[in-house]
Amino acid sequence: MNLFDYWWLMPLMAGILLALVAGPLGSFVVWRRMAFFGDTLAHGALLGITFGVLTDIHLTLALVLGSLLLALLLLPLQNRSRLSSDTLLGIVSHSTLAIGLVTLSLAQGIRVDLMGYLFGDLLAVERMDVVWILLAAILIAALLFWQWRALLAITVSQELAAIDGHPVQRLNLMLILLLALLVALAMKVVGILLVSALLIIPPAAARSLARTPEQMVLLASTTGVISVLLGLWASFHWDTPAGPSVVVAATTLFALSLVLQSLRDHRRRA
Amino acid sequence: MSNASAVTILSASHLQLVRQHKTVLNDISLNLKTGQIITLIGPNGCGKSTLIKVLLGLEKPDAGTVTRRAGLRIGYMPQRLSLDQRMPLTVTGFLQLARGAGDEQIRYWLNRLSIQPLAQQSVHDLSGGEWQRVLLARALLIRPDLLVLDEPVQGVDVQGQLELYSLIPQLRDELGCAVLMVSHDLHLVMAATDEVICLNGHICCSGHPDTVSLDPAYIQLFGARLQQGKQQHPIAHYTHHHDHQHCADGHIEHRTPGKEIP
Repeated sequence: MNLFDYWWLMPLMAGILLALVAGPLGSFVVWRRMAFFGDTLAHGALLGITFGVLTDIHLTLALVLGSLLLALLLLPLQNRSRLSSDTLLGIVSHSTLAIGLVTLSLAQGIRVDLMGYLFGDLLAVERMDVVWILLAAILIAALLFWQWRALLAITVSQELAAIDGHPVQRLNLMLILLLALLVALAMKVVGILLVSALLIIPPAAARSLARTPEQMVLLASTTGVISVLLGLWASFHWDTPAGPSVVVAATTLFALSLVLQSLRDHRRRA
Repeated sequence: MSNASAVTILSASHLQLVRQHKTVLNDISLNLKTGQIITLIGPNGCGKSTLIKVLLGLEKPDAGTVTRRAGLRIGYMPQRLSLDQRMPLTVTGFLQLARGAGDEQIRYWLNRLSIQPLAQQSVHDLSGGEWQRVLLARALLIRPDLLVLDEPVQGVDVQGQLELYSLIPQLRDELGCAVLMVSHDLHLVMAATDEVICLNGHICCSGHPDTVSLDPAYIQLFGARLQQGKQQHPIAHYTHHHDHQHCADGHIEHRTPGKEIP
């Protein structure tokens, strides 16, 4: 029997690949306080879908292009003061979501699985989606590995990194574009509303157990993969929606890490 | 300590920088030579940190030029650097992020600054003084030709300040580098300073610090500790010689000779 005959294989592979690269990228999101930024990218991506539906280009392509474009537009916001950029990101985030929803509803004669995009439809993932995700995962992993130390350096201090001669602006741009790419592709799996959960929760669970950035990234990827396995298993067993189940599993692991940490602190103090 | 063979490694001429309708830097020129120690002083918001940023190339001046010797290695110790708690990082891990830092240099500088025991500690568990030494170690890792220190003694106790002010000239001699330092104190500066520059938008005055072991305020502050110790005092007094006043609205009033303000 051919391995590809198992209908659950594609969703599983998509989920695992996404969780693997969400570990390092999500860690940067956590370290650099970009959680809201990831949310905005995800919400704005609905505009990409709308655009794809209206112009009849490939939906995944429209989604990726839309996200990358939005990331470029939002890049200058990253260096501004936190308060004003929070407000501005909030406006962009929710207005793009709303405009996307309104436009989609107005587009007559076109049926789009809106729920699928909002909450993800992991079980509808096809072989082509997995190929897209695999290529993106390889690209993301390769670039992160290649520039690992430089990316850590700009995360610790952009000033010191600039004096050391790192191309700070180019590295920022690279990180944001990779993030946009991941968000666009993860959307089909966990949905617009839950994409940033996949980015943030596994690193948060890994934080208390890690002593170095590398450990945190590896633990985050592991946590993400376990969450995908648990979530899919729960989804098959109890017929719950796959994307939210993955997020619930990740949250459970995060809670466990908190318990583990408090136990360890307790033992150290005793 | 400057000698005849010293070469200029960094020079700035007629720097001008305006931010939000306020002139932050006004016609500033300075020269740094090998082995020279310059201390920048001035009131809060006088443009000290901005001048440092311009000299380091982090900010572009509106007018004027900064010339650095080709291939100049700069070690910079920032005023403060707060790391996000959510990033797990050991002291060694932090130092390894400095470009061109080898494990051997890291070990050497940790030893040299007597912070070897901190090597494997989390950077989030350090005291203010310990973190300051780690930042100094990071600046020294690349064996800089120019060491730039932005308020290195801020938040450090008197003992730590004396230690640091004796350490810096030693480091200068070991590395043969120039030192550019920002000091928060308007009157007491590091004794090894060759030139003090008092900044307030423009350069108000500059000169050599006095040797002061006799200033009573100074003795009261540091005397007990100084008597136990070394032949040379690490701290000296700087006498300002201003010929003008800064008014609240930002304009400058020149004093006419003979009409001293009481």
